[in-house]
Amino acid sequence: MTQLTPNRFKGKLIIVEGIDGSGKSTQLALLSQWLRSQGLAVAFSEWNSSPLVSETTRRGKKKMMFTPTTFSLIHATDFADRQERYIIPLLKAGAIVCADRFAYTAFARDVVRGVSPSWVRNLYRFAIQPNLAFYFRVPLEVALGRILGGRDSIKYYEAGMDLNLARREEESFRIFQGRILEQYDAMAEEMGFHIIDASGSIEEQQAQMRRIVMERLGDAVASGQILNQEGTTHAFEATTAVL
Amino acid sequence: MLSKQPLQFYSEPLPGVDVGELQGKLIVVEGPDAVGRSTQVARLKAWLEQQGHAVLDTGMGRSALASKGIAQAKEGHTLGPVTMTLFYATDFADRLEKEIIPALRAGFVVITDRYIFSLMARGIARGEDSLWLEKVAGFALVPHAVYYLRAEVPTLISRTVMGRGQFDFWESGMDMRFGPDMYESFVRYQARVIRALDRMSMRYGFVTVDAAKPADQIYRELQRHIAGHFTPRKRPSKKAK
Repeated sequence: MTQLTPNRFKGKLIIVEGIDGSGKSTQLALLSQWLRSQGLAVAFSEWNSSPLVSETTRRGKKKMMFTPTTFSLIHATDFADRQERYIIPLLKAGAIVCADRFAYTAFARDVVRGVSPSWVRNLYRFAIQPNLAFYFRVPLEVALGRILGGRDSIKYYEAGMDLNLARREEESFRIFQGRILEQYDAMAEEMGFHIIDASGSIEEQQAQMRRIVMERLGDAVASGQILNQEGTTHAFEATTAVL
Repeated sequence: MLSKQPLQFYSEPLPGVDVGELQGKLIVVEGPDAVGRSTQVARLKAWLEQQGHAVLDTGMGRSALASKGIAQAKEGHTLGPVTMTLFYATDFADRLEKEIIPALRAGFVVITDRYIFSLMARGIARGEDSLWLEKVAGFALVPHAVYYLRAEVPTLISRTVMGRGQFDFWESGMDMRFGPDMYESFVRYQARVIRALDRMSMRYGFVTVDAAKPADQIYRELQRHIAGHFTPRKRPSKKAK
């Protein structure tokens, strides 16, 4: 049982999760663009991107200083900074905040690294409960094909090299991502994820996301609760979503 | 009181640590800002070394991983309360795993200037949930002793003004604006910190030391207590003194 902090603000929090190569970032970008085109105030926040914490993270990675516990804590610190300084003020203002990865990334990844599930779930209790959480489920081989084909090298921690799963980065990455995938699948129901079949076409996935957003946030948008450009209609234009 | 033996984890075992291998002593000096902790830690370290113990002294905010980042974050005055708690928890975890545990494995006496209790007290003073904090810090080792240097706010004010000569933004809790200026914010914030530490005192078995007394007297009191932790294992080599 995970207790996050209920969202008592006007704005809405939409998050995407999935293993590397699941296509979640592409989908979130398309969704944000569409929401903006509807005249709505949309903000974006990415995992591991706090300027306050980035130097410490970079340092720890470069010098391989992280243990499972400090790796987990520094990412929680990063998230706390983004939430306190960026996400909460924007939610208060009534914006839709789109987050690429969320606490669930820690629940999956840090647990694979060896921290206890109950400890890391408690750690993120301060995190605002998303209004919508999309999980891009994709078979491991499909995701690996997208990643390994496109990039020349995988970084040390990204590949889970600190876990000593394999000697070669590519092999380690494969095992690591496979275990993370298992964790995501195991928590999908508990966390109320909207599961998107990420092996489908980009257009299909996007249409499905937009449908769910309209269904779940339609009222908040129609009532003007979500901050919007003056003069635009306060309802989703259905045509854009049909595709 | 949490009935746990020294050098057990409070609630959350750290991955890859066998507490059975730890054989040193872990001594914590706690207390609010400006109470005189670092003076005592320095003297205790010198004394213990003279007794033939290898001593590691460490303290909050001194980790190889996070000390720079924390210092920089504090310069900006934009560090939020939860972010601060977690940044310090990162700092603590790094020191625990990379300094304190290896030293304990090697049989050192570890003296630490603050432990998880200041981290928790600062968080509680800023309105964070004590159960959340306790679980976040649950990977800490139970120390052999926690000496709580306790003083009231007027003593802290006097030592701050006579010592550094000015109030510090963070020691005054100015990030939370507990008062209209640094002095008033300091008074309210430090009172909250002291209250939070007082509440932990029973639960964590603090040995409370009246820090309003002169430093020499506090030192002798600490010496007497700490000596008690070593009596059963007096080494013959020490008789040389």
